[in-house]
Amino acid sequence: MPDADLAVIGAGPAGLAAAGAAARAGLTVVLLDPAERPGGQFYRHRDGDDGRGHHHWRDYLRLAGDLEGVHYLPGHRVWHAEPGEPHVLHCLAGNRDERPVTVRAAKIVLATGAHDRALPFPGWDLPGVMTAGGAQALWKGQGLPAGRRVVISGTGPFLLPVATGLLKAGARVAGVYEANRPSAALLPLALDPARAVEGAGYALALARHRVPYRTGRAVIAAHGEGRLESVTVARLDRDWQPVPGTEKIVTCDALAIGYGFTPQLELAVQLGCAVEDGPDGSAVITADAAQATTVPGVWAAGETLGVGGAVLAMATGALAGHAAAGTTPPGALLRRRARQRRLAAAIAAAWPVRDGWREWLRDDTVVCRCEEVDHGALKRAIADGARDVRSAKLLCRAGMGLCQGRVCGFPVARVLGVPDRPNRPVAQPVRLRDLAYPDTSRGEHR
Amino acid sequence: MKVTVDGRDIDAEPGRSIAAVLHADGLRSWRTTRVEGSPRGLFCGIGVCFDCLVTINGRPNLRACLITVREGDVIETQEGVGRA
Repeated sequence: MPDADLAVIGAGPAGLAAAGAAARAGLTVVLLDPAERPGGQFYRHRDGDDGRGHHHWRDYLRLAGDLEGVHYLPGHRVWHAEPGEPHVLHCLAGNRDERPVTVRAAKIVLATGAHDRALPFPGWDLPGVMTAGGAQALWKGQGLPAGRRVVISGTGPFLLPVATGLLKAGARVAGVYEANRPSAALLPLALDPARAVEGAGYALALARHRVPYRTGRAVIAAHGEGRLESVTVARLDRDWQPVPGTEKIVTCDALAIGYGFTPQLELAVQLGCAVEDGPDGSAVITADAAQATTVPGVWAAGETLGVGGAVLAMATGALAGHAAAGTTPPGALLRRRARQRRLAAAIAAAWPVRDGWREWLRDDTVVCRCEEVDHGALKRAIADGARDVRSAKLLCRAGMGLCQGRVCGFPVARVLGVPDRPNRPVAQPVRLRDLAYPDTSRGEHR
Repeated sequence: MKVTVDGRDIDAEPGRSIAAVLHADGLRSWRTTRVEGSPRGLFCGIGVCFDCLVTINGRPNLRACLITVREGDVIETQEGVGRA
């Protein structure tokens, strides 16, 4: 007998919506999430948070209210998912003292979200350089600015809330450098009233604090002795190659970089779900109009289908919950999904990652942060015959470390000219005893 | 609440992550890498990158960004593979 009719993996906007919809339809639902609070990255918050500085906070309060009918298990990281009847999820619970927990469920909704995509450049491993999402998490989750004087670089609309978050946290933002030059492609966004208002709010905040927002530029190097002291900003050509002679040094003690997001698909791949190339160069789960994956009894929602933001994630989550429960979803949900998908496609088209960033690399630039593999070693591996991410890993160790290639996977794949595929049979580092005795806790949550 | 970092007493705001406690104290790195001995601290901030590893109450290689601080935590910076 399974522990639950449905296991929802991930308690962000998509997972909360899926769990709530399925529980209301009468399913017994287990909701698994690694964090200590619900909300995922988008609704990351502090105890007693009043929702100021959050978008769509009322939606969060509604979704969190639905948790009453759900068996919510915070602090649970799923490290392996086995397909079957029932599906079996191997988890580790707790961050200080991990204990194994096994959850069995007849059905699964995958709402595992995405993490920041970073591109390497000289000095990106200096303390003080963070991902844009990391800087945002420090503000939303901890109430702290990433630094006193912060530079933001990368591409995409997400750089704007990161900038305004830093301003609210009390930091000075020395500049926002957007590598693309988005223009006509933005029109569909301007036609979406909610996003137009949101965008105008960011523009106003940046203007009020006299924060320079420069397009067609990026940080191509970071400098400092033991910690970040300054960055080099350069103008980029259409392919993102730096234009010689345009380099400028900007002093800062923190740098936030964000080049989009990579969906977290390892559990989907473990279950056997087909994945495909998403519009922004990262893989996404293949799903049909009812959010069903190619594996029976497994649905997908949220950013695992391609990055589209919280409103789309809540729509696909609720649709996946309805599908798992076998109930007919309201037509409004389908219309919202269609509309938000068009916006997501416009965003992906307006803020692509161009390959010229590879010119930012020197031979001694670290590419794989965990194993400290530099660009020169990666080039030697390619010269020695590496043709895909796996053979590159075997020849030079890029992607062999603790993060399992989550950080360097995208850039290494782009250097090789192959797709970045999230094949991780064990999704989290585990102890040998957890592999040897995965079922020791069976029954704990029944 | 109070915790120690390498034997030094520092103030910690309850509810914060260990990484945030260290960051609020002005630290930007709390370990060195095992090959080059390079300093590392917060990078992804959400448990993905494993850069922010730290020793807490004698247990090495814990992700500082994921662990909520507790009164009296003994936090130690770590070097290389992180074993004492």
